[in-house]
Amino acid sequence: MRHIISILMENEPGALSRVVGLFAQRNYNIETLNVAPTEDPSLSRLTVTTVGDDRVIEQITKHLNKLIDVVKLVDLTEGNHIERELMLVKVKALGAARDEVKRTADIFRAQIVDVTASLYTVQITGDAGKLDAFLQAMAPIGILEVARTGVSGIARGDKVLSL
Amino acid sequence: MELLSGADMIARFLQDEGVEYIYGYPGGAALHIYDALFRQDKVKHILVRHEQAATHAADGYARASGKPGVVLVTSGPGATNAVTGIATAYMDSIPMVVICGQVMSHLIGDDAFQETDIVGVTRPIVKHSFSIKHPSEIPEVLKKAFYLASTGRPGPVVVDIPKDMTSPTERYEYVYPKKVKLRSYNPVTRGHTGQIKKAVELMLKAKRPVFYTGGGVVSGGASEALTDLVRRLGYPITTTLMGIGAYPQGDRQCLGWLGMHGSYESNMAMHHADLIIAIGARFDDRVTNNTSKFCPTAKIIHVDIDPSSVSKTVRADVPIVGPAGSVINEMISLVQGKEIAHPEALGEWWQKVDGWREERVGKLYEPSGPGEKIKPQEVIEAMCRVTRGEAFVTTDVGQHQMFAAQYYKFDKPNRFITSGGLGTMGFGFPAAMGIKQNFPEDQVICVTGEGSFQMMMQELSTCKQYGVGVKIVNLNNASLGMVRQWQDLNYKSRHAHSYMESLPDFQKLIEAYGFTALRVETLDELEPALERTFADKHELVFLDVQVDPREHVYPMQVPLGSMRDMLLSKTERT
Repeated sequence: MRHIISILMENEPGALSRVVGLFAQRNYNIETLNVAPTEDPSLSRLTVTTVGDDRVIEQITKHLNKLIDVVKLVDLTEGNHIERELMLVKVKALGAARDEVKRTADIFRAQIVDVTASLYTVQITGDAGKLDAFLQAMAPIGILEVARTGVSGIARGDKVLSL
Repeated sequence: MELLSGADMIARFLQDEGVEYIYGYPGGAALHIYDALFRQDKVKHILVRHEQAATHAADGYARASGKPGVVLVTSGPGATNAVTGIATAYMDSIPMVVICGQVMSHLIGDDAFQETDIVGVTRPIVKHSFSIKHPSEIPEVLKKAFYLASTGRPGPVVVDIPKDMTSPTERYEYVYPKKVKLRSYNPVTRGHTGQIKKAVELMLKAKRPVFYTGGGVVSGGASEALTDLVRRLGYPITTTLMGIGAYPQGDRQCLGWLGMHGSYESNMAMHHADLIIAIGARFDDRVTNNTSKFCPTAKIIHVDIDPSSVSKTVRADVPIVGPAGSVINEMISLVQGKEIAHPEALGEWWQKVDGWREERVGKLYEPSGPGEKIKPQEVIEAMCRVTRGEAFVTTDVGQHQMFAAQYYKFDKPNRFITSGGLGTMGFGFPAAMGIKQNFPEDQVICVTGEGSFQMMMQELSTCKQYGVGVKIVNLNNASLGMVRQWQDLNYKSRHAHSYMESLPDFQKLIEAYGFTALRVETLDELEPALERTFADKHELVFLDVQVDPREHVYPMQVPLGSMRDMLLSKTERT
């Protein structure tokens, strides 16, 4: 099963490599990875999506917790949560396709953020499924480049991941 | 207020931390630190002949004394040579602080002379590591390193120090940090009381219980508490290789150690048990054999200080995360005054267990006949007699390691010192060196083989320099015995590179360093030679015993089988 694990870790050199290294070293999967500092400059938030059965996920969270740089973590998929990913796509936009891309972007509530004579750059936010669906819709027209941020997420309701 | 250079801060910190010995080897990036050590005399530096030996010596020192071992090496090859020893300490959870010199910070990343990203190289084999970014951080970072290495589940910590951080011309305020805090590191100090209660209920109701205890009991200083608990309940106990001596092996309740080459009765008892009380052990593959066939009828209580060890390979029915000592003490207080529910079932269980024990009496190995080569087992048994089972015994890796563990009987923890997790050849001799310096009045024996010994024999020179009187018992079968055994069993005796041609004349070699060497070929020479070896505990003696190369280590678990599936000799199996 797919899990989204969000980690608060020390914003220090080497911390990221310890997390990533752990996955490689213990033969765990990383599907997506997303990391940036938080409002507290001493902390970074890292969100990783991974796949594994309950036993594997239990080991992953235990080993992550053991890392000295990891301060706190939560498996967002254990409860209700909001999951978002941002994607920038360059698609061919010539002739009839120019309108088609615009219409599809509107349907997906995506925005066209850059334009040239021959292509559109589209920005779209959503969960991974929505982004995949948009790519599928664009495929016949011609996708030139894709940049995805990887999943970021937060729990619904009053639950807060903080120190 | 005191102003010190980075290098002087390191020397002063080590003094303030109470470090007695530091094992190391100098080089360019570490020279400021070496100069600072030279200008003080509280911390003794031991100059080894190879950095791997520095880590093993510090490791041996740490295991025997319970204090963190300290290593100092230079950048690049100095640091990479230390890697095997760091991994050895990591696998066996040994507290160690390794200070590595590094090239000047402005050169990092330029492929400078003797530059290695040692923090990167060692990342998967350390508990944590630090890189010094400013000299003023040195005292706090070192304090954190010692704190991390020696608390919780212990392990090695690397501190990488660029040369300019130790420059003698830049001085900063030095204060010894008495305490450090890490917001993300709070090792547990006690187990969950509800879980412990649940465990004790199961323990009192068990009909076929076995204690299975490991290195966590030894490093947690919980041997006495364990012995108390096990005696109160009257249950059988088996230990892991790392847990040898945590419960006296001479006691009737002790079945010896378990696993691949563990005792027949240990493995049989584990397989048939209805309750396994695992404390400070990690269900390692050399213990469990095939986990899907592991102890089919047993419920499992698993006590470990490291949550990630619990239910890692075998699911625990009652997991308890906590230090062995405090959990065992809490168990004792709950057991106190209570009776076990099924004393008659325990009686029957002991009949079975004793039956397994008796089955193998006198059948463990075939003693050597007249005119035959000495059996390696005979050497260890004689060695145990001559030293009355009181010595520190270190080993390298292979058949001799298993024979030492099987035939020397340990009644105290921290006396059998071996690389159990990583299985590092070359560990034994430098580890013995580190122990001997801490326990000069004890007999410290390195049981080795001619293969392993040749991996670290350069340390004879270190022993000469510091007058380290360890004993080296070389079970010389002119082959890599354990490799040969596997080749006999699995490769139709095709001995691919498991023989040792062109062995040195060990007697001459040892004498070249000014030490005594004895060579034994027949059984009647053995005991007098051992007496001579142990006559003066301050003298290094090398005893080269020519042993039978055809001998195998038994019992031996059958691959992919359960714990009870064992080869018992070349012709018998369970």
